[in-house]
Amino acid sequence: MAKKRTIRTIPQLRTAMTEQEPAERVRTFGEVACGYSLEEALRETERCLFCPDEPCVRGCPVGIDIPGFIQRLGERDVKGAYDVLTDTTLLPAICGRVCPQESQCEGVCTVGQTLAPVAIGRLERFVGDAAIREGWASVPFIEPAGHKVGIVGSGPAGVACAADMAKAGCAVTVFEAFQQPGGVLRYGIPDFRLPNEVLDAEIAKLARLGVTFRCNTLVGRLFTIEQMVEEMGFDAVFIAVGAGTPDFPDIPGASLNGVISANELLTRCNLMQARDFPAHDTPVGIGKRIAVVGAGNTAMDAMRVSRRLGADVMCVYRRSRTEAPARAEELHHAEQEGIDFHWLTDPIEVLDDGHHGVRGLRCRTMELGEPDASGRRRPLPVAGSEHELECDTVVFAIGTNANPILGQTSRIKLDARGYIEVDDDLATSLDGVFAGGDIVTGAATVILAMGAGRKAARSMKRYLGLVDSDVVYQETAAEDTLFGIAADRLGYARVKVPA
Amino acid sequence: MLSSEGFEVVRREDLSEVTYLLEVRHPELARAARPGQFVIVMSHAEGERIPLTIADLDRSAGTITLVVQAVGKTTREMQRDLRAGGSLYALVGPMGHPSHVGEAKKVVIVGGGLGIAPTYPIARAFKESGAYVIGVIGSRNKDLVFWEDRFRAVCDEFTICSDDGSVGIKGLVTLGIQQALERHSDVDELVAIGPPVMMRACAELTRPRGIKTVVSLNPIMVDGTGMCGGCRVKVGTTTKFACVDGPEFDGHQVDFDDLLMRLRRFQPEEKEALERWQTQGAAVT
Ligand SMILES: Cc1cc2nc3c(=O)[nH]c(=O)nc-3n(C[C@H](O)[C@H](O)[C@H](O)COP(=O)(O)OP(=O)(O)OC[C@H]3O[C@@H](n4cnc5c(N)ncnc54)[C@H](O)[C@@H]3O)c2cc1C
Ligand SMILES: Cc1cc2nc3c(=O)[nH]c(=O)nc-3n(C[C@H](O)[C@H](O)[C@H](O)COP(=O)(O)OP(=O)(O)OC[C@H]3O[C@@H](n4cnc5c(N)ncnc54)[C@H](O)[C@@H]3O)c2cc1C
Ligand code: SF4
Ligand code: SF4
Ligand code: FES
Repeated sequence: MAKKRTIRTIPQLRTAMTEQEPAERVRTFGEVACGYSLEEALRETERCLFCPDEPCVRGCPVGIDIPGFIQRLGERDVKGAYDVLTDTTLLPAICGRVCPQESQCEGVCTVGQTLAPVAIGRLERFVGDAAIREGWASVPFIEPAGHKVGIVGSGPAGVACAADMAKAGCAVTVFEAFQQPGGVLRYGIPDFRLPNEVLDAEIAKLARLGVTFRCNTLVGRLFTIEQMVEEMGFDAVFIAVGAGTPDFPDIPGASLNGVISANELLTRCNLMQARDFPAHDTPVGIGKRIAVVGAGNTAMDAMRVSRRLGADVMCVYRRSRTEAPARAEELHHAEQEGIDFHWLTDPIEVLDDGHHGVRGLRCRTMELGEPDASGRRRPLPVAGSEHELECDTVVFAIGTNANPILGQTSRIKLDARGYIEVDDDLATSLDGVFAGGDIVTGAATVILAMGAGRKAARSMKRYLGLVDSDVVYQETAAEDTLFGIAADRLGYARVKVPA
Repeated sequence: MLSSEGFEVVRREDLSEVTYLLEVRHPELARAARPGQFVIVMSHAEGERIPLTIADLDRSAGTITLVVQAVGKTTREMQRDLRAGGSLYALVGPMGHPSHVGEAKKVVIVGGGLGIAPTYPIARAFKESGAYVIGVIGSRNKDLVFWEDRFRAVCDEFTICSDDGSVGIKGLVTLGIQQALERHSDVDELVAIGPPVMMRACAELTRPRGIKTVVSLNPIMVDGTGMCGGCRVKVGTTTKFACVDGPEFDGHQVDFDDLLMRLRRFQPEEKEALERWQTQGAAVT
């Protein structure tokens, strides 16, 4: 850099990303945000001040070297930027798309104090997409370690742990109950936010690392966690089964036909491709006028999927827009797509159409009182505010609980809410068994789940006595490489860790 | 990509015009499965996930047996397409809690229609546990009865009831149950699997007598792992997910009206799919 950048000299406006027009996109499942071109990405890199104290890095749950990758990208070294990213994240093309950046890295970006923050997520996505397009996969030299590792669940936590353990030389098998891997990334988040090809490409990289996927495998019932350790020869096991069990409210009418969970709607549509019914056999089973209850990411996805299936869609949420937990971009896109938002509205009864179907949702208006335990202002009902919203389908997206299957089939210790109990190293009550992601924390985010997968991998390596670094790709001299093996042809190799 | 491997069908047998048996290779599943559990299958990549009860298994051959009734698009298409040597695209299980084969000394096992298949392993398990087993199976007519010999072999008493009297006694299974209860005043438990209307009738028969009654519910399912809530049923004052909390429940607590209504959820789509399939090539083999 010739001259030191300051907040005054950098491009003042955040580089816009081309998006499909709302009127167009509500008719297709094609991706909404089209991604940066190289020129756009380069321009956005010029907005980074390379702050010495790197607040953004601390804002990222996994501590990506953000100025590091932006710098390389700014030098047009996209591969170099990718290598910096993959020191920390396995799924840049995915996290760049789905992280709630406004409350993480971008939320604390210095530029953001004065102007719009550096578009870190979009730059990360640009690099991740380039890697997929170019077929880069920093496959390192892998020294077989002679250990067998089993991973239960193929969501972001599971695949992150699988990759690190495979790189450390373990024979890794990932077990997944569904017919395809990916967890929420497959069955929950729709194509218009995260195209299946991106997910397929990221998962294909794991296969290249030698990870075996076994779908159609319901762990707990086909074999237990205990059997994995005691009979099947797994030296260590990581449980990452997510928190998929949907909550239904305890209000009259919740079992009517036409009342479904967002999970069911999304699974039918995304995993089972019900949007192509009858070309695919699974129906969606929603009507023409839909009320989605909730305002998190899951709710936004359910609304926008319903919109694309041709329905009129309402959002019913008992707090106000400020408290909505969804990513800012999703909320913005939902608004653009014509979702009818009913803020401060609390459903109290689903109304029966006389044939066990839905004719409406009875609600009451709320107002915000004092902050509650979550720090958000507590919604309180307004007297005499009951009213009815007309709809034929009600979709609940009000949260999830721990899946019960492992608790039913294993001695593993659970906490009071049914989630798996772990210590600081993510070790469970069973020797050699670790757990992380939503099944430990409750519903969280992709990047936190991925971070948990990597943290568990570090603990597993310690448990197995493996000496291996977390940072896998770094330019080094040959004599510095692991076990004295020469760097691969790209000049990158594993970092040697002092024993 | 990286998805299903395919599961080989090693045997197919037609039990009646609408009922067929598939024996599928899956040694791990054969080892793990217990009476009362079910699997979810997809016949091909564009297919639906449908739940089917494990009707039998052979641990040494490493196979499980499914008995399927062709009722709609998926099950008819499978009837047309699946032969020995063919394969299922996806097969996952065993799902649900196994039947509780407990202390009961004298049990009545009731299978109605297709329910004959899933009750068979339960009857056998009770027999093996040393219980006195009274089997009652119901069918519309003689042609739809299957596995009579197998069933008989694991029962101490056995009655067939048919709607038209073409086999066994003429009447519903409730008649057969009534007769059994008259003969035996000391029945500890009744297990009933069949159409919801039949299970409800069984539960109403035993309720005044205070006989423990277990029914196996068959709501529409997607994942079978507790993740969608589509299979929720009302049991007593609570909502249960049949796939992970069941499929067996206390018949005296189940809200059958709710179940019957929920089974109609997809009627228009089921009809559309079937009609489309029938006009577009059901005949093409
Ligand atoms: C609709 C939706 C939208 C979301 N949007 C965002 C977003 O925009 N940004 C964001 O950061 N986060 C988002 N999230 C949250 C995020 O997806 C999750 O926090 C994250 O996926 C959790 O990862 P995980 O690996 O713990 O589990 P999951 O992704 O839930 O994966 C668990 C996997 O384990 C499998 N499994 C379960 N039980 C068994 C078993 N017994 N045997 C074998 N396999 C089993 C499941 O089938 C599943 O595939 C969203 C969540 C949903 C539901
Ligand atoms: C735990 C469980 C175990 C089951 N075991 C068996 C079995 O061993 N053999 C077998 O043949 N069937 C069994 N079923 C039912 C089977 O899953 C359905 O018959 C099948 O999904 C129908 O698919 P289809 O596309 O052919 O018919 P569809 O067109 O989907 O439906 C046709 C008709 O079947 C009814 N139906 C649809 N889904 C179900 C369902 N889940 N349960 C009952 N009726 C349904 C519909 O109301 C409709 O009237 C079981 C269901 C459950 C939940
Ligand atoms: S992983 Fe998420 S939080 Fe971290 S830098 Fe990327 S977008 Fe930001
Ligand atoms: S805080 Fe913002 S400006 Fe500073 S280094 Fe991070 S991304 Fe660049
Ligand atoms: S089938 Fe989805 S929760 Fe039971």
